[in-house]
Amino acid sequence: MTATKSASAPSGSAAAGVEENVACPFCGILCDDLEVERSVAGLKVTKNGCSLAIAGFERPVIAASPQIGGRDVTLAEAVAEAARLIRVARLPLFGGLGTDVEGMRAVMATAERAGGVVDHAFSEGQYRNFEVLQTSGWFMSTLTEVRNRADLIVIVGSDVHTLHPRFFERIVATPEPMFLAAGQKRTVVFIGEGLDASAATGGSIGEVLTLSCPIVAVGEVMSALRARTKGTPLAVDTVAGIPIVQIDDLAERCRKAQYGVMVWAPPSLAYPSADLTVRVVSDLVKDLNVTTRFAGLALGGNEGAVSAGAVATWQSGFPMRVSYASGQPEYDSTRYAANRLLASGETDLLVWIATFSPDLTPPASAVPTILIGVPGMTIDKTPLVTIPIGTPGLDHAGRLVRCDNVVSLPLKNLHRSTLPAAADVLASIEHAL
Amino acid sequence: MLIKLTGGKIYDPANGIDGEVRDIYVRDGRIVNASADERVGQEYNLKGRVVMAGGIDPHTHIGGGKVTIGRMMMTEDHIGNEVARTAITRAGCGHAVPSTLTAGYRYAEMGYTACFEPAMLPANARQAHMEMGDTPMVDKGAFVMLGSDDFLLRAMAGNKGMEFIKDYIAWTMHAAQALAVKVVNPGGISAFKFNQRQLDLDEKHVHYGQSPRDILLTLARGLKELGVTHPLHVHGCNLGVPGNDETTLATIRAMEGLPVHLTHVQFHSYGTEGDMKFSSGAPRIAELLNKNTNVSIDVGQIMFGQTCTASGDSMRQYGNTKSAAPKKWVVMDIECDAGCGVVPMKYRDKSFVNALQWAIGLELFLLVDDPWRLFLTTDHPNGAPFTTYPHLIRLLMDRGFRNDMLQKIHPGAQAATILHSIKREYSLYEIAIMTRAGPAKSLGLKDRGHLGGGASADITVYEDKADREAMFQVPELVFKNGELIVKNGVIVKSVQGATHVARPEYDRHIEGPLRDYFDRYHTVRMSNFRVGDDEIIGHDKGSIIVQPSKSRVKAA
Repeated sequence: MTATKSASAPSGSAAAGVEENVACPFCGILCDDLEVERSVAGLKVTKNGCSLAIAGFERPVIAASPQIGGRDVTLAEAVAEAARLIRVARLPLFGGLGTDVEGMRAVMATAERAGGVVDHAFSEGQYRNFEVLQTSGWFMSTLTEVRNRADLIVIVGSDVHTLHPRFFERIVATPEPMFLAAGQKRTVVFIGEGLDASAATGGSIGEVLTLSCPIVAVGEVMSALRARTKGTPLAVDTVAGIPIVQIDDLAERCRKAQYGVMVWAPPSLAYPSADLTVRVVSDLVKDLNVTTRFAGLALGGNEGAVSAGAVATWQSGFPMRVSYASGQPEYDSTRYAANRLLASGETDLLVWIATFSPDLTPPASAVPTILIGVPGMTIDKTPLVTIPIGTPGLDHAGRLVRCDNVVSLPLKNLHRSTLPAAADVLASIEHAL
Repeated sequence: MLIKLTGGKIYDPANGIDGEVRDIYVRDGRIVNASADERVGQEYNLKGRVVMAGGIDPHTHIGGGKVTIGRMMMTEDHIGNEVARTAITRAGCGHAVPSTLTAGYRYAEMGYTACFEPAMLPANARQAHMEMGDTPMVDKGAFVMLGSDDFLLRAMAGNKGMEFIKDYIAWTMHAAQALAVKVVNPGGISAFKFNQRQLDLDEKHVHYGQSPRDILLTLARGLKELGVTHPLHVHGCNLGVPGNDETTLATIRAMEGLPVHLTHVQFHSYGTEGDMKFSSGAPRIAELLNKNTNVSIDVGQIMFGQTCTASGDSMRQYGNTKSAAPKKWVVMDIECDAGCGVVPMKYRDKSFVNALQWAIGLELFLLVDDPWRLFLTTDHPNGAPFTTYPHLIRLLMDRGFRNDMLQKIHPGAQAATILHSIKREYSLYEIAIMTRAGPAKSLGLKDRGHLGGGASADITVYEDKADREAMFQVPELVFKNGELIVKNGVIVKSVQGATHVARPEYDRHIEGPLRDYFDRYHTVRMSNFRVGDDEIIGHDKGSIIVQPSKSRVKAA
């Protein structure tokens, strides 16, 4: 497989028309009910588009050529130079990894052959979950199950509405959940402050409560909730500013729920040792399942983070932060973290892959970079090689794994442009290694 | 080019050949009946060698979300088991839950050329196929899970009728690209979501009012009338619960003569006798199985050591979490469709319960008379990793070895099993039935599992060693579609196998109510739920083989 298509022609060849049941790759919940209209002017989301979908689908395609050191070259020349740089690098780092399953398969094959390291741009957040999965595990649910079954939904310290603008509409406020009795409403509880609760209204939503506390204190509040759920006395009047009676009230609601769900988005829990918050939430869910039914639901997973973790795991055994320097996968979630390798200079070449958003730019570092990204990325330092690529679900077909790690969705080719797929570009590079 | 395999001892039970010395000819990937005067391009002298069709594993968890959860969770089990890439194979890792690539290589190195993922959730079918696509060397296929999905339970509770349900079963097989249908803890995965903690054969689901018996009969009848070759693949109620031998006996009787495959029966053969209230139900179950020719089984043998259980049975896996070793586990409720539970286990020969589980599995193997109705499995990785098969084969073929091993287990378990008194030793012919011909026939793989003219040239050649474990561990030659892929247990060529599916007939009108259901309740559109052919074969991931189904018949 070689990438021979010209990347300079910005517009695709397909006729104008409307596509239904389009899956959106621009956040981790992968809504697939969009309607997208294609015309000479580009794509327009005509139904079920949120702000992220509109920004993503309707972003104009900028004409861009492959470059070596800022100078326009052919795709073949760029591929050959990228392969040369990877070949001579001591420890190439494959970062960003904002791509689909096919792209990630190609990343793994290339990194393996190159003796490189793989790590996703959002690993810091993903590891808040991975650490818990690898040390204690959890009891989880998925989007359709929550939509139809939950009578209590607790949003744990996460600004869900900003990360996933249609989560409340599609999962929480949905008008006729399969298993809520006629007239039965679900309760939504927000824990934290500054969380956008504006979408938690209507449909099957009844009471909406907020336990306000700084986000960094959410772990403390959840620990207190866990203690009170088990009936352990706490000799305090407030926890992180929340009166203990409010925590007791929530504990009682949790115990009485038919099917309660704790929802968190790892990117929102952006404070040191936030995996301990995920741990306490998971342990609380485990405790509640002794008598009633309860589950966790982890969101996030934008920029293909879930797909990257899934493919890396089934191919290597490890979710991310794997080095193939010795030929075999070597796992170390501290040592092989991209930011650490970049800061320490242990990597001498960054291969950055970003197929969804021009905002997913490489972190500032002194390490030379090969950029395999969508056109229009703004980067301080000119990359050694730049290869403009298409977006899965717009410029070519693809597949992504959803945030719940169960469902994956097919992404359509909307023929927006003839930009090549990252998978094909990487396959060409691998072939040339 | 004509390839000749000369003078091997052929064990080909599908064609009634038991160790006869014969030549085998291969052309264009197929076994052919060539005449002796045709020009041979390549010849392998197999004098004294044992020749069988490539091994077929009819029940092994190799792909799908729960396996990848296991992979992600079992970091410490991978460490020390990493595998470097070579000029022809990719890197990977693994012991209990190997990476996809490593699993494919390990199977081929052991002489297996096909394996079947038995628990593909419809909602997770796309990922299961992606993972199987990344499993090289072997053919594969999957059984789609039904029986706790809300669409079926609503249809049953709403008396939609057999034809409606059959359309739905067939539609799901097409949409998920399945070869067969499995039911796991019938209705129980759904009942657990309503906080029911057990569901015995005639217990009613609290919401739908259906019992596991109702669900089993509906699905078994449906598949028979749809003409699907592999009968309903049943993971019964009460997995792992002492006293479930009664459930298993009742389940066999409940099937009313309908064809059915009971899987990992070892986990369903536990009595409650003795001081520990844990005993072997294998003799009684084997006795009933011997009389009920409509029932086939696989064993799900356990072996001692570290593994990781991965099952769709969220209800029972949750029950097993207290035995997790190491102490971590994942259980999930999934998509109004199914569930899963992933629980690491370390089976110890000095544990009374684990030791007796081991003996119960072996009792089943040795007490069920007909190897055509009993397949060799460890329910990988639930009983043990599939890489223990050669050891298991030796236990079955070598009574002296078996009794030596029996001496090492917990003395209470030794006293609680009749294993010592069982004289049976499996023959090579019977092993070939259990690991090739039987699974191929049961799954409806027309041209696999035998060595007759027209068969796909998936062939394994062994040295005839007295130590059967050593013999089956390292085959001398393995051919896939006529190509030599393994020599002396080492991969010499990397290939991509096919994906086997079955496509029974259905009435497209079922898509009306299905679309309505998806639009009202689901988070995925019906059209996006279906897995397309190009998703399986694209990017050089092999081919799809549609195995024939019989004509559909109307409900009696």
